[in-house]
Amino acid sequence: MRVSVDSELCQGHNRCVALAPELFELDDFGYSSAKGNGEVPPELEEKARLAVANCPEFAVKIEDE
Amino acid sequence: MTEVADTPTETPMVEFEPNNEPASDWATDFDHVDPRYNPNAPAIWDELRETCPVAHSDRYGGTWLPVKHADVRRIAYDTENFTSRQVIVSNVRLDHDSSPVGGAPPITSDPPFHQHARKILLPLFRPDKMDPWESKVHELCNNRLDAMGEITPGETVIDAAKQYAQHVPVSVISRMLGFPPADDDLFRYFVHNVLEGIQRPIEERQAAGEELDAYLDQQVQDHIDNPRDDLTGTLLKSQIFGQPLSREHVRGSIALLLIAGIDTTWSAIGSSLWHLAQNPDDRHRMQNEPELIPAAIEEMLRAYAPVTMARLVKQDFDFNGCPMKAEDFVLLPFPAANRDPEMFERADEVIIDREVNRHSAFGLGIHRCLGSNLARMELRIAVEEFLKRFRDFELADPDAVTWSTGQIRGPRTLPIRII
Repeated sequence: MRVSVDSELCQGHNRCVALAPELFELDDFGYSSAKGNGEVPPELEEKARLAVANCPEFAVKIEDE
Repeated sequence: MTEVADTPTETPMVEFEPNNEPASDWATDFDHVDPRYNPNAPAIWDELRETCPVAHSDRYGGTWLPVKHADVRRIAYDTENFTSRQVIVSNVRLDHDSSPVGGAPPITSDPPFHQHARKILLPLFRPDKMDPWESKVHELCNNRLDAMGEITPGETVIDAAKQYAQHVPVSVISRMLGFPPADDDLFRYFVHNVLEGIQRPIEERQAAGEELDAYLDQQVQDHIDNPRDDLTGTLLKSQIFGQPLSREHVRGSIALLLIAGIDTTWSAIGSSLWHLAQNPDDRHRMQNEPELIPAAIEEMLRAYAPVTMARLVKQDFDFNGCPMKAEDFVLLPFPAANRDPEMFERADEVIIDREVNRHSAFGLGIHRCLGSNLARMELRIAVEEFLKRFRDFELADPDAVTWSTGQIRGPRTLPIRII
């Protein structure tokens, strides 16, 4: 599983970082992106799904499931 | 020394006749300032969602109220057809010349200028920038709780809105701005004047605005004379397109930070305590399982989101069959979107361990609340400290609870008996 953040949609609500700090990080302005290449270790898959389901802007996505 | 460019302050206006009659029908003659609206808002939105999901009123020169999440979202994203020139509904229309900056940038700004104004402030409100203020908020909450004096369980009644919630948000934002602590009471007065007075005559409203401007000018001048590293100092140092910000821009941004941060967070804290006073099971779970608190706070934000924003229609526009006219207001009730059953399971219930919670308490799109990380931190600590201090409490008299009027929804009198 891989996660990504659509930078066109992200408005910096910070929900994904709060729920899954292992998978997401913020830039200087508070906009989020996936850490590294977005690879999600199996033990963090549930957190990744929660990050997707809680993004107010529908910016967080799961790829390669 | 920082130079602040001066620009003319007079803005031509159009004014509509105030209509102070009570709302006769929520679908066709609604008035969000009607004192019956905020206390009953969730029921009003539920009914409208079933019967008339985009309500209309001739008041304020023409106003629309969409209540479905999809509609609120679509309008929040559509900066082609809607402008943020005015985000508080009133009988006045400011001249188009105030765009794209607007009176309180960046909330009143439109793209592409908006992003430049916003990027000055965004780095200062990142979540990590809030951490140093946490201990101050804990201390403030505890001081307020101590100030309530001797508590006799079963007897003592406190006003959790006026004696507690109201005081939490003022001091952090004013310290961040670098304003004198002694002025905190003055800020609350300014906020009330700007947000809750939209039906008053234009002369009174202008006088209130001038009073705030004069105060802010004084503070800005003090920062020019004694430069320091705070929010005001950052605005004075910032440039857009190689130019320092105009004095109006600096003052408008400060007014925004002061006003937007105070009534809103106060309301969220008050509504959360209002809920917890009536729901002992939720209260006890949050006390016994503190790991639930982050999810519980998000649920409070969903169910009791305090902020409804507004837009003006740019040009005549058909929205889902609604003939919106240029210069009509459109309210964006994020709290109503948060209770839309198409978006949320069991939308009308407060479920404090709700895991999937795509709420929009802080708005949607480019105007997402700049202070959301500060507001969350203040709300969480204020609720935590209250729950730590008082294991059990109830509404002393449900009928004595009063609610704000206007676009910020929350209790203004909240008598709670400690039990």
